[in-house]
Amino acid sequence: MKHGPGNTVQGLPVQRRARRHCLRCLLMRKRRAAPSFLTPLGGRAGCSPALGALRMGVVLAAVVSSFAYLAIDWAGLFSQESLRHIGRFLAEFLHPDLSGGFLRQTGWAALQTLAVSSVGTLLAVIAGVALALPASGRFGGLPQALARLLLNVLRSMPELVWAALMVLAAGLGPLAGGLALALHTTGVLGRLFGETLENLPPAAEQALRQAGAGPISAFAYACLPLAAPQWLGYALYRWEMNIRMATVLGFVGAGGLGQMLHFHLSLFQHAQAMTVLLGMFVLVIGVDTVSSSSRAHLATTRSGR
Amino acid sequence: MTSSAHAPALRDPAWVARVAGCLAFGVVLWPLLVWADFKPWVLFDASSLAAMRGFLAGFWPLATDPEFLTLLARSTLDTLAMATAGTALAFMLAAPLACAVTRALSISRIGPGPGRTAAFLARQPVRFVLTVLRTVPEVVWALVLVRALGLGPGPGVLAIGLAYGGLLGKVYSEILESTDPRPAQALMEAGSGRWAALWYALVPCAAQELVSYTVYRWECAVRASVVMGFVGAGGLGQLMDQSIKMLNGGEASVILLTFLALVVLADGLSNWLRKGLA
Repeated sequence: MKHGPGNTVQGLPVQRRARRHCLRCLLMRKRRAAPSFLTPLGGRAGCSPALGALRMGVVLAAVVSSFAYLAIDWAGLFSQESLRHIGRFLAEFLHPDLSGGFLRQTGWAALQTLAVSSVGTLLAVIAGVALALPASGRFGGLPQALARLLLNVLRSMPELVWAALMVLAAGLGPLAGGLALALHTTGVLGRLFGETLENLPPAAEQALRQAGAGPISAFAYACLPLAAPQWLGYALYRWEMNIRMATVLGFVGAGGLGQMLHFHLSLFQHAQAMTVLLGMFVLVIGVDTVSSSSRAHLATTRSGR
Repeated sequence: MTSSAHAPALRDPAWVARVAGCLAFGVVLWPLLVWADFKPWVLFDASSLAAMRGFLAGFWPLATDPEFLTLLARSTLDTLAMATAGTALAFMLAAPLACAVTRALSISRIGPGPGRTAAFLARQPVRFVLTVLRTVPEVVWALVLVRALGLGPGPGVLAIGLAYGGLLGKVYSEILESTDPRPAQALMEAGSGRWAALWYALVPCAAQELVSYTVYRWECAVRASVVMGFVGAGGLGQLMDQSIKMLNGGEASVILLTFLALVVLADGLSNWLRKGLA
């Protein structure tokens, strides 16, 4: 780290900052690349200014042509009449339905959303581990290629598309939502778990194997303890994202807060819809807080070891 | 590990904690399974198997009539344009908010001078706006905006703009805070304004990461705009929703293939852009 010993960035321990960056780098698929925030402008080798200008031009042209192609009627969108309409619409949202019975109903739906996301993430962790073992190349080349292909397909379909398909297979209800989350998250977690396994230092497992331990116990006592904290971190992170997603899956009939929101918005019951939106807000903020604090805790316990 | 009576030393020393942990986990998990209505055997009963088999059997002869294909091409273009316009809107919303909220540009934080608390308080409302924007998922924004503004790509663009604006704003401010703070501090201590500190100290250090995160978000926006079609914001999603609801397997499979191709294309394009845009 370039900062001096005991130094902190904006009051946060350096360790925690660094970890947050890792997660973001990983999200952006900048695998193993040198973190760019350590290399100011000098670090971009192999990029001529002309090529940079070309890319800039492409981006500008794309943005301009998209706006032109969509031909959105901004004037109509923000005309006096439509603004009045929006104003009326928003005014109806200002009075959420806070009667006891409806609050209880919203609370149950929030619990269902929480349950759907937890079950979906848990299934994904199990399936992800099962697929990460072949995907990290432990059983040879062919299983590795197959597992990677499967993970890629699972990952590239968004949860909502999986949910629309799962509603056909499992019928309306929270089970479809849980399965849809599990399918997409398996794709994500399987790849992350596999990469973790590949990056583990091999010495501990080799030592156990050479001392005569079987492959399973060598894995369980050498690889698992090294990989588990990182796996747990990824799983918590995905769980946090899945709660957001689970609120949405209800739109295609997969239960929870989303289904309630869709229902009440379809009936133009905006007071109830606002209550549901508030419920979503509370749920997501609560989970964010719990998850980020437990991830920070995980990071500090790991660095303290 | 197996343990035998002859060699008690081989027993897992932490087994009590492990077994207790598993039991506690099960106790917590049980109500969750009940609430989530977790009955996987439903998947295998005759009626749902028949429905799924019928739908999947329809997948193979791909729908290739020209009318459907022109519709498909138009929806694909719609989706791409929505994602691009939405990301541009998000950028325009996020950049000023991020500058307002980031602590890296705070002059009052440099020394033990006055105004530190006031500046902290002034940042909080903006922070709150960003939180609200990004906490509501983009599909919910789309659903509400479709109700307010009518069907079509307009609400979709606005939804991406609002939700990703909040997200980008937060991430930009974090990136600015996590780059080397010393150049900006040196400039501001020497008396230069925030505008100069931003352009001559923070942006050069963080440009690459800022750009690559924005491009990554564009890639996400392509996926999100497909999803938003399911609530009526146009594009590929709306087409997919219709074919799935009408159990038209041939059309659904073509749309799914198009969608996968689009995702791969977006991935490749964003890699190309990221390599040298900064």
